[in-house]
Formats: sequence, structure tokens, C-alpha cells
Amino acid sequence: MRSFTYERAKDPVSAAQAVAGRQGAKFIAGGTNLLDLMKIEVETPTHLVDVQDLGFDRIEKTPEDGLRIGALVTNTDLAADARVRRDYAVLSRAIVAGASGQLRNKASIAGNLLQRTRCPYFYDTNMACNKRKPGSGCAAIGGYSRQLGVIGVSKSCIATFPGDMAVALRVLDAVVETVDASGQPRAIPIADFHRLWEDRPEQDTVLRPGELITAVTLPRPLGGAHFYEKVRDRASYAFALVSVAAVIQPGGTGRVAFGGVAPRPWRVEAADALLPQGAVAVTARAFQGATPTRDNAFKLPLATRALSAVLAQAAAQTGA
Amino acid sequence: MSDLPKLEMSRRGVLAGTAVTAVVAASPAIGAPSAPARSAPPASMPVHFDVNGQRRELSLDPRTTLLDALREHLHLTGTKKGCDHGQCGACTVLVEGKRINACLSLAVMHEGNAITTIEGLGTPDRLHPMQAAFIKHDGYQCGYCTPGQICSAVAVLDEIKREIPSHVQADLAVKPSATDAEMRERMSGNICRCGAYSNIAEAMAEVVGAEVAGAKA
Repeated sequence: MRSFTYERAKDPVSAAQAVAGRQGAKFIAGGTNLLDLMKIEVETPTHLVDVQDLGFDRIEKTPEDGLRIGALVTNTDLAADARVRRDYAVLSRAIVAGASGQLRNKASIAGNLLQRTRCPYFYDTNMACNKRKPGSGCAAIGGYSRQLGVIGVSKSCIATFPGDMAVALRVLDAVVETVDASGQPRAIPIADFHRLWEDRPEQDTVLRPGELITAVTLPRPLGGAHFYEKVRDRASYAFALVSVAAVIQPGGTGRVAFGGVAPRPWRVEAADALLPQGAVAVTARAFQGATPTRDNAFKLPLATRALSAVLAQAAAQTGA
Repeated sequence: MSDLPKLEMSRRGVLAGTAVTAVVAASPAIGAPSAPARSAPPASMPVHFDVNGQRRELSLDPRTTLLDALREHLHLTGTKKGCDHGQCGACTVLVEGKRINACLSLAVMHEGNAITTIEGLGTPDRLHPMQAAFIKHDGYQCGYCTPGQICSAVAVLDEIKREIPSHVQADLAVKPSATDAEMRERMSGNICRCGAYSNIAEAMAEVVGAEVAGAKA
């Protein structure tokens, strides 16, 4: 690990200023992804600003009957919250489908949104990777790409956003709240938060330097039946090959987002509208224009089957 | 051949070699960085925390993980370094009563925290019930993952009591119970290269059974 200096921020704006004003400075919260990457020198911050004392650790009701989740709430605490389990079950389900108990106890929800791809070429500093080293090329294209993206990818990068929680947040239309070094707040819809790679895969999100996540808000509950179906290489503690987050209403309408397939949680509203017609219609629309590799073309039929399984469960539960 | 270093075999050396092999097998594409230029280490920082009920004060390079602080600075070598990347669970300790991977946390981030390691759960003369159950049910072979398994197992039973949900829970509205399926899912962050999983599950079930019997008595 490269050496760095460390400070504990006392308030959000001074934390944002400490990162914005210093080349190579980064925020650290749970640290479970950042420290992993620092050990192999994929991440080499020169200064860490620890945000654990900023008090963003509460889950509160909003005036609109939604929930405001502090950025530092742990994955465990969010999944266990009684209101989340009752009204936003897709979110609890997505969180407990990811990582291990130890990691969920430490990982913050802001850090979960900011976790970096698990593309093996991003992790291997001997390999070309435009995301790790802009302009160096992409060894994943033409390489071992079984886990990688099938849609929304580019000629520069075919990595996926690897998380589960954000896929549920996309179905729920969550909003990411931030503050910058001048104290200016910003509300970013989750749909716009993660970028498509295009020719700048080194930039995962739309956050600007020093912009600090303070909370994630959920709109009022959607009702309906909530599902998170995750398909992976082992039964627990593995990243998704394909995942499906869905909220299905009686009558068969609803919303669906897919994980493990793209640079961001993949939801196409026009495909949501096809839910009453069944999984084949939905995935045909959601994955229109997909560019799978030979290794990961299996993800397209797998997405259809995973959604079929969800819709069968929904029909059994709601009579839809 | 004559310029090869003399091979000295020890149990520790074999175990360290085994752990490294396991990590390489789990992550074939992770390579070592190519000889980066090292900058001068930054000034040490003071940190204090309570470890197994004792106040400990240290002055550490900020890079020092909680795991390395425990093992290399406080010489509490019960907690093990397996993969050092949060994948194997050998470094599991309890911080403020909750299990975490000590390898993926900086020591300086734990100012003032209460930390419990395997040495603080029980002693050879006064075993924690989970330690006694692991011995009774042979919940290990080489023993390297065992301190992490035991710390995790103790925390899992507590998490079930605190109604933390899990992936295998059928109904999120119903209190989870310590079934075999629940315990196996919740223990998935602890890898055992020897494959002692079924005995670990039996040890945990015994502790659950004793607690239930104790509650009824």
C-alpha cells in the first residue's frame, strides 16, 4: 500500500473541502472496497478524509412519506430496518444477497454506491485497463469476459457496476443527496448517478471532485410484491452474473431493473410497461442493442429466465 | 541448486504457504503490482482502543490495518491473516460487538472502539461455549480459519437474536431462527480450506440448543 496521510473530518463541508482542495485525496467510510484496492495499488490516494464522525447514520421519515437514509448507515442496519423490510423489501432483499455478514456490518450505503467494478483486468495492474489507467486499452475486450457487461458498455470498457443494493434503489427511484466544497447541496436521481463508460470509463459516477454523498432518499412506498432474484456461481457471497430487482403490482404491472449486466443498474421504463406481457417481451426491449461477447452472451437468456422466475412467484403471490 | 536458500519447514511456514495458495486459487487474475517507487512513510499517528477489556495505546503508520495492529503490534496472534482482502474471514473480530474483517479496516479508524478477539472470548481454562463446541464437534482440521470462524459464529447467533435478516429468510416480517440453512448462509464469509463446514454447523447448533435449553430451565 502506498503511504498516505489521514484526517477525521468534523463536518460535511470541511470534509468536501479537504478532498476538493487536494490532488489525490479521497473520502473513506467503511473502507471495505477502497482498502482492498489500495493494497493492490489500484487505488493510490495520498490523503484520506475519514467521514465516520459526520452523523449521517440515521434513517428518518421524509415529509413526503418516504425515507431518508444517512450516507453512513451500514448495509446491515439498512437491511434490518423494520420500515425497509415492510415497505421496501426489494432493498432489504438486495442487500442481504450481497457480500458477507462481516462486510455488510462495515460497508456504508454511500460506499456501496461508489464501489468499483470487479472486472479482473481492473484488479490486475499488469493488464491494460482504461478504467484504472486511462488510455492504456482494455484487455477485457477479447479476454475473459464471462462476468462482464452486455449492454451500455463501450469500445473503451466492458466492465459492470457490480453491486446489488443500487439495483433495488433503481427500481425504487431513489435520489442521491450530496454536498460540495462550497456547501451547495445537489439531488441526483439514481438513474443518472452511475455513468455509461463511453470514452471515459475512469469516471464511474457523475460526482464532481470533493462532492460528498450525505443521504439517499426513497419516495413513498410503492406497495406491490418485492423481489430480488440473484444468479451467481455459488449460493452465497459472490457477485451477480445476472440479478433482477422487481416490484410487481396486482394485475401484473410493475417495475424491473437488472444487475450484473451494465455500467449501471439497468432499467428501461419502456420495458417496464411490457411486464403484463411476460419476461420475453420485457427483456427483448430492455436489452435491445445489447453487445455481448461470446463469453457472456449467456446473460441475455439468463436475464429472461430470472425474470420469468420472479413473475411466476409474483403470480403465485398476487394472483396476477 | 546449491544457491537455493536452505528450506526450513515449520508448521507456521506450511500454514502461511497454504493460505497464500488458497488466495491465489480464489483470485487467479490478481497480480502483484510492478515494483512501484515507494515514498517515505508518513509520520505515525496515535490511536487507542480497548482490546479484550484492556486499554491499548499505539503509535501507527496510518496504513496499518486493524489486523496488523492486533497481530504485529499487540502480539495477539490468535486472529489470523488469510487472504488479507476480506474474502476468507480468517481475520474476523468483533468491534463494538459486531463482526468485521480486521484486514479491511485501518487501525486509526478505530479510535476509542471496544474490540474483542478470539483471545478475549475465552481462555484455555475458561472456554467460551462456542470454543468448547468447536472442540467437541471437531469444527476444524488445520485450525487456521478457526479463530475467525468462532468469532463469526458467536456474532451470527447474536445477529439472529437481533433479527438481522438473511438471504435465505423466506419472510422478512418473521423473526429469523437459528436453522442449519440460516447459519450456513450467514457463515458464508468464513472459508475453511479443510472443509470442516458440517462440523462447524454442528458446533453452532449445539450452542443454540444449549441456549434454548438454558432459557427453558
